[in-house]
Order: sequence, then structure tokens, then C-alpha cells
Amino acid sequence: MKKLINDPANVLSESLLGVDAAHPELRVDHEHKVIFRGDAPRPGKVGLVSGGGSGHEPLHGGFVGHGMLDAAACGEVFTSPVPDQITAATNGVDGGAGVLHIVKNYTGDVMNFEMAAEMAGATGGAEVVAVVTDDDVAVQDSLYTVGRRGVGVTVLVEKIAGAAAEAERSLSDVAAVARRVNAAGRSMGLALTSCTVPAAGKPTFDLPDDQIEVGIGIHGEPGRTRVPLAPAAEMARMLVDPILDDLEFSGDGVLAFVNGMGGTPLIELYLMYHEVDRLLAKAGVTVTRSLVGSYITSLDMAGCSVTLLKLDDEMLRLWDAPVRTPALRWGL
Amino acid sequence: MVDAEAIRSWLSLFAAEVARNRDLLTRLDAAIGDADHGANLDRGTSAAVSALAGDAALSPRTLLKTMGMTLVSSVGGASGPLYGSLFLRMAGSAGGADSLDAPAFAAALRAGLDGVVARGRAQAGDKTMYDALSPACDALDHAVAAGNDLGHALSLATAAADAGRNATIPMLARKGRASYLGERSVGHQDPGATSVALLISTAARALSGDVSQ
Ligand SMILES: Nc1ncnc2c1ncn2[C@@H]1O[C@H](COP(=O)(O)OP(=O)(O)O)[C@@H](O)[C@H]1O
Ligand SMILES: [Mg+2]
Repeated sequence: MKKLINDPANVLSESLLGVDAAHPELRVDHEHKVIFRGDAPRPGKVGLVSGGGSGHEPLHGGFVGHGMLDAAACGEVFTSPVPDQITAATNGVDGGAGVLHIVKNYTGDVMNFEMAAEMAGATGGAEVVAVVTDDDVAVQDSLYTVGRRGVGVTVLVEKIAGAAAEAERSLSDVAAVARRVNAAGRSMGLALTSCTVPAAGKPTFDLPDDQIEVGIGIHGEPGRTRVPLAPAAEMARMLVDPILDDLEFSGDGVLAFVNGMGGTPLIELYLMYHEVDRLLAKAGVTVTRSLVGSYITSLDMAGCSVTLLKLDDEMLRLWDAPVRTPALRWGL
Repeated sequence: MVDAEAIRSWLSLFAAEVARNRDLLTRLDAAIGDADHGANLDRGTSAAVSALAGDAALSPRTLLKTMGMTLVSSVGGASGPLYGSLFLRMAGSAGGADSLDAPAFAAALRAGLDGVVARGRAQAGDKTMYDALSPACDALDHAVAAGNDLGHALSLATAAADAGRNATIPMLARKGRASYLGERSVGHQDPGATSVALLISTAARALSGDVSQ
């Protein structure tokens, strides 16, 4: 394992020291491993809390700031945060208007956020509403299992719900917007390589040079199928087709998001964006907004995911609203 | 009788076994999950050992409660809330008693199983820790009802947990991360069922000596 680390056990805490040093506009609670907006809590504003395992950066800590999250609870690498961390985040952003938890649909994340919300309820803390994201079309037969994973759409939910909260909308309004975004978004990803969890020291799975994993999540889990490496045009089809099969995207304007998994250069992501854009044009889908870059990653995994979101007028307006976070910033 | 000292030695033996099997648990999780079950559980059980050492309290309930709270606040992932609920429910079931006889210990473990189900809603055959814990509880109840001492009953429970763990290999996962793999989850042993088998076998080792018939 070759990594820019000192000790595998301290990767998260030492990385948070860097976040703290690089971003004076944020406040880092090192004891609980929570990244806060410097001005949290903001009276009268719904507090937005997300969190999850680390290793997906910039998600979630890189999205803390004006127009997006108020706090991010950072679990160990690929392990959801514990209830104490989520509670610290929740209390720290409670400005009296309630707190929204944005939770990716993984058993561990859902259970730890549930426990934190139960504790807030039992101790007379903030009113908490949770929205669970589950946009990964790679998960089939989801009715019989734990449902789909939350992946790329989580970034879009955090941006759009964040803008609604910034506009001082009510907790139920902000939650409704977040749910609408989740319902209108679908994702699919593939891996060219595995990733290496620092504590494990070696790649999570073996993937021969001429093979790719299709239908991966964001934790180095194996995907649904393994197929031979193919030209980008074909790999784009492997991602776009299942998404278009799952939801009707023609008619409304669509946000097309090509996301890098952490180990893929932007030059390849733009090449993929071109392929995705061509496929969408052929399918009669009108793209009105785009996002290209590594925003929800799986450590050093090479590969990408595609997320499509059907935008209604309100979502479009909220997407365009100003945002100022370490990883997304415009309009300010 | 299972008194506080017996509980303490069970929990530290469990922590030692988790540490010893850390890599195995992580390797099993790498195959059908995200390669962290060993690291997660070891982080929690080592924290719990320190917390228990500093806990002068002398009832099974307080020790089990400290164990549960420590796991909830240090493990994370799916196994944190699940193992946490297991021990917290055991603590509730133990009540204020200074020590538990065989039926009371069996009842406490079953309460723990109920806690796992309440939190994770797993059913038999979903390929989770339930598939080792539930047969262990059944075997324990059965053996205790038949008048066996706790040591013998726990050795039967260990065999049931081991068999339940092995039985997860051909199962198609329906809960937890492994469920995302669909058919590809078949042929792999569930990491959580594997750690539960350690929990039961360490109970058999630590608690059998403390039993007075
Ligand atoms: N809903 C559930 N009910 C019972 N046990 C579960 C459930 N979901 C997952 N598990 C258990 O948790 C184990 C995985 O634990 P761990 O790797 O620590 O958490 P995570 O899956 O969040 O990474 C699985 O092997 C399985 O036994
Ligand atoms: Mg795991």
C-alpha cells in the first residue's frame, strides 16, 4: 500500500486537522469528528446534517457551507458515524427551525441516524426529520432486500435542499424538496480498479487488468457483474441504459452528473461526459445542467458513475442558487 | 451462577477473540461487504474492555449496559447498533440481579436477539448475524429447559451457532451490504454470523466454570 499517510489508524483524525487548517470558514469538532459551518447554528434556519463513512470526499465535509450542509458527521473510513457524532452535529446546527438528516441508504447509516434521532426525541432536542437517498439502479430486486444504495444523487439532494434551507423554508418544505430530488434521480457506477482501505492495507477485491466491475457502490464492494474492459463509448452505455430503463427522462430538463470514483483523472471524466451526452441526445433527453468531477468517491478507486436528475422549475432554481463550500461554489 | 465477574471475563474473552480474528472477519467482509467488520468490532470491543476495567460496578446489568453503550458509541456501521442493542437488551433483561442462573442467562440472550431483530428486522435465512444467534438461543433455551447446567447448555449453543454460521455460506443475502451482490453473495460466510459464533463460544468458555448446578 502506497498512501500519503502517517499511520493507518489516524487517517481520519489527521485529515480533519488539515480540513481545519485549510478552511478557517469552517469549524471542526475534533472530538466528535464533525465539520460545521463557522456560523452554525443559524437562528430560524433549518439545519442540514449529513454524514457517513469517510473515504467519499468531498462528500460530505466538502459540502459544508453557505447554501448546502450545516454539518457533516465523519465516520471511520467506509463506516457510518456513531449516534454520538450525529447527535453532536444535530445539536450544533439546531437554530430552532428543526434539523434535516440526509442519510444514504445503507443499513449501518440508517440505523445509526435512527438511534441519534431517537435520542434527540427522548431528550427534548431538535425536531429531526430524515430523508434517505436510494438512487442506485444497480441494486435489483430491491423490494425484497434493503432497497437501493444512496450514491450520486446525495450530492444533488444536499445542494438543492441546502438552497431551500438557506431560503429559510420550513423543515417540512426542505424535507419535501429533498425527497423529490431523490425520487427524480437515478445512478449507476463502474470500477476499473478496486480501492485500498488504509486499515486493510490491500485492495478490497482483485480485478484483472482487462476486466471491469459494473454496478458498484461506493465502498469497494464488488459490483453486480464483471465484464471485459471496453471502449468508453460502450462503458457509457452500460451506465446510461439501465438508468433510462428505470425512469422516464424525456420531457423535463435533466441534470447530467458524471462523477469520478477518486482515482480517475478529469480528462477521462470529460471524455465520458461526451459519450453520456451523445447517448442522452439520441434517447431524446434534454440536458439543461451538468456536473463533472469527483464529488462522491471511493478512496482511490478508478472508475465513474453517472447520475441523471429530472429537474422541475423549483429544483432548477435551487440548483442555480449561490453556494459556497470547499468543493462546490458558484454565484457568490 | 453468572455474576458480574463471570460477565466481565466473558466480555474480555470475546474482545480477545475478536482481536485474534480481526483479519478473518475483515476478509469475510471484503468478499461480500466493505472489508471493515473486523476493524469495526475490534475498535468497539477494545474500547469496551477499557471501559469495563474502569467500571467498579458489580452487577451483570451495569457491565452489559456499559458494553452496549460503548459498542454503540464506538463501532458504527451496521454491527454497532446491532451488537449495541444486543447487550443493552441483555442488560435490561438481567435487571438488578447480582447473578443470573441458567434460565435467566438464556432469557437475557434471547432478549438480546429480540433487540437485534427490533433494530435490523432480519429474518431466518437473510444471511446475517441472526442466522447464528437465533439457533444459539433456541439450543440454549432447549438445553436449559431440559435441566442441563449452563456450561453444558452453552456448549450445545456453541455447536448451534457454529452450524448456523456455516449455514450462511450457501445463503443469498437479503439484509445488509451483502444483499447488493444478489447471486454473488452465495458461497461466502457471513462476517456477522462469524463474530456471533465467537460471542457464543467465549460465553461457553467463560461462563461454564461459574455454574453451580
Ligand atoms: N439488518 C440486519 N440484521 C442483522 N444483522 C445484520 C443486518 N445488516 C447487517 N447485518 C450484519 O452486519 C454484518 C456487517 O457488519 P459491519 O461490516 O460491521 O457493518 P457494515 O455492513 O455497515 O459495514 C453482516 O455480516 C451481518 O451479519
Ligand atoms: Mg462492513
